[in-house]
Amino acid sequence: MNILNMTALETGAAIKNGKISSPEVVRQVLDAAETGNGKTNAYITLCREKALKRAEEVQKKIKSGELLSPLAGVPFSVKDNICTRGVKTTCASRMLENFEPVYNATVIDELEKAGAVIIGKLNMDEFAMGSTSETSYFGTVRNPWNNDRVAGGSSGGAAAAVSGKMALATLGTDTGGSVRQPAAYCGVTGFKPSYGTVSRFGLIAYASSFDQIGPIAHDAADCAAIMNIISGKDKKDGTSLDINYPDFLSSLTGDVKGVRIGIPAECYSNPELDTEVAEKTMAAVSVLQKSGACVEEFSLPFFDYAVPAYYIIASAEASSNLSRYDGVKYGFRSDDSGSLSNMYCDSRSMGFGSEVKRRIILGTFVLSSGYYDAYYQKALKVKSVIMKKTAEIFSKYDLVMCPVSPATAPETGKSLVNPLKMYISDIYTVWANLAGLPAISLPCGFDSAGMPLGVQIIGPALSDVKVLDAAHAYQKHTDFHKKYAGVK
Amino acid sequence: MYITKDVVLNAAFLSRIKLDEKETEEMQKQMSEIVEFMDILNQVDTDDNESLMHTSEITNVMREDETSPSYEREDILKNAPCRNEEYFVVPKTVE
Repeated sequence: MNILNMTALETGAAIKNGKISSPEVVRQVLDAAETGNGKTNAYITLCREKALKRAEEVQKKIKSGELLSPLAGVPFSVKDNICTRGVKTTCASRMLENFEPVYNATVIDELEKAGAVIIGKLNMDEFAMGSTSETSYFGTVRNPWNNDRVAGGSSGGAAAAVSGKMALATLGTDTGGSVRQPAAYCGVTGFKPSYGTVSRFGLIAYASSFDQIGPIAHDAADCAAIMNIISGKDKKDGTSLDINYPDFLSSLTGDVKGVRIGIPAECYSNPELDTEVAEKTMAAVSVLQKSGACVEEFSLPFFDYAVPAYYIIASAEASSNLSRYDGVKYGFRSDDSGSLSNMYCDSRSMGFGSEVKRRIILGTFVLSSGYYDAYYQKALKVKSVIMKKTAEIFSKYDLVMCPVSPATAPETGKSLVNPLKMYISDIYTVWANLAGLPAISLPCGFDSAGMPLGVQIIGPALSDVKVLDAAHAYQKHTDFHKKYAGVK
Repeated sequence: MYITKDVVLNAAFLSRIKLDEKETEEMQKQMSEIVEFMDILNQVDTDDNESLMHTSEITNVMREDETSPSYEREDILKNAPCRNEEYFVVPKTVE
């Protein structure tokens, strides 16, 4: 049985029914990952022996009825900014090249409790800063659909691994679109949950008020099954919410009759928007409209302000979060720097790559005396305005649909030369992070060059089920999510 | 806003990051572009709005003051770039 064409849920069911064993599944995915990694560079670390040993143990527990999760025995791959005990967690940075966490992130503990088998750590932009997965210390991630194109970022390894059949289910992280945009570029499904629904404990911080862990997988149902495992209140994360969590998977009905969907006019009048992306994402809206959703255009008045507000706040938080890397307790240390202060400076200057340094310095600037009110405080006030407008929008609409990115994946080597242009390309994704909203990216077609593109569904905070259900409805009527690149 | 070389160097100093001449020049150019782009926020009327740090309504999260095991010292020290038995070692700070 070849499981590489199956979803995570289908694979889990096959394991449960005894059609295939967890060790066999894990072996198939590991083999595919080892073969495909030369072309895509999706993985930083593969843990073959550890994973196979664990799969044997899990298999016994599935047989004895101890493990009941529909994803028990299924291999998972995890972005390399999520801490795994005893397995290197590098953040794709020289700074953490040899860092082995002494604890698991809460999401890893939860996955293991459910019987998932972690098989490897996925490549990404350094410290999740970037939109192309080209800032990795371990080299660029390449798009399985065309190796001359980027996989997107910052969870580029996760999206490339799923689309290249080198992973069945993955966890990425989304601070400004880092789950959704690579999912769109690689033609897979990526879900960013509401802020506070998935514990961030053990996620190496970039911008704490935006960071959120989310699944990248084959379809919305897989994402819902993964949400069942990773969501929940965690006392180790003060921002995790103490609410009643739904059963995401069994809540999927695939019915969107009467759902009010808003289309933001500004998203489509954006001159940067590629015409093919505009056409295909509107076609996706029509699919839901034909299924009974009510579609209406509206105005998103803060469209032009979201990206600057986002980058001010994200850089400010990054400059503070990354001040912990001082070359003392863990991480890279420069040799022979002489004084303590020189050692700090040299370790940071040599340990961080240029995009990380740019954001730290920019963040320090917006927080520094004389500029704090004009930039950082102003951005927080704009965020407040955006929150109020967001509440107004979702009093009229259940969901909002728009593109994920203005264009399909760019060629490698083109984006980092102009950081501002790269930041502006996050225009469709940062709203969900600024306002803590759930949002999903779904494959909805290909451009004339054969590259996949994605449509985004956004809902009000804590409407995760509604977002996943609309995505599920779309995927019942389309088969774009069933097309995989394979590794070229 | 135009970013001068001094502004770049001050932010880099506060960040404990060293930039050489070429990096400083490049950072000045890129930061000027980025900050000028950010200046668009001045168009938004925010007079009636408080600064919003967080989207959730959670304020203080308290817990019981209970003891619990901490991590093993040896495990923690394994990641130290330089150590001496039970201590982190840093360059001499007092002459």
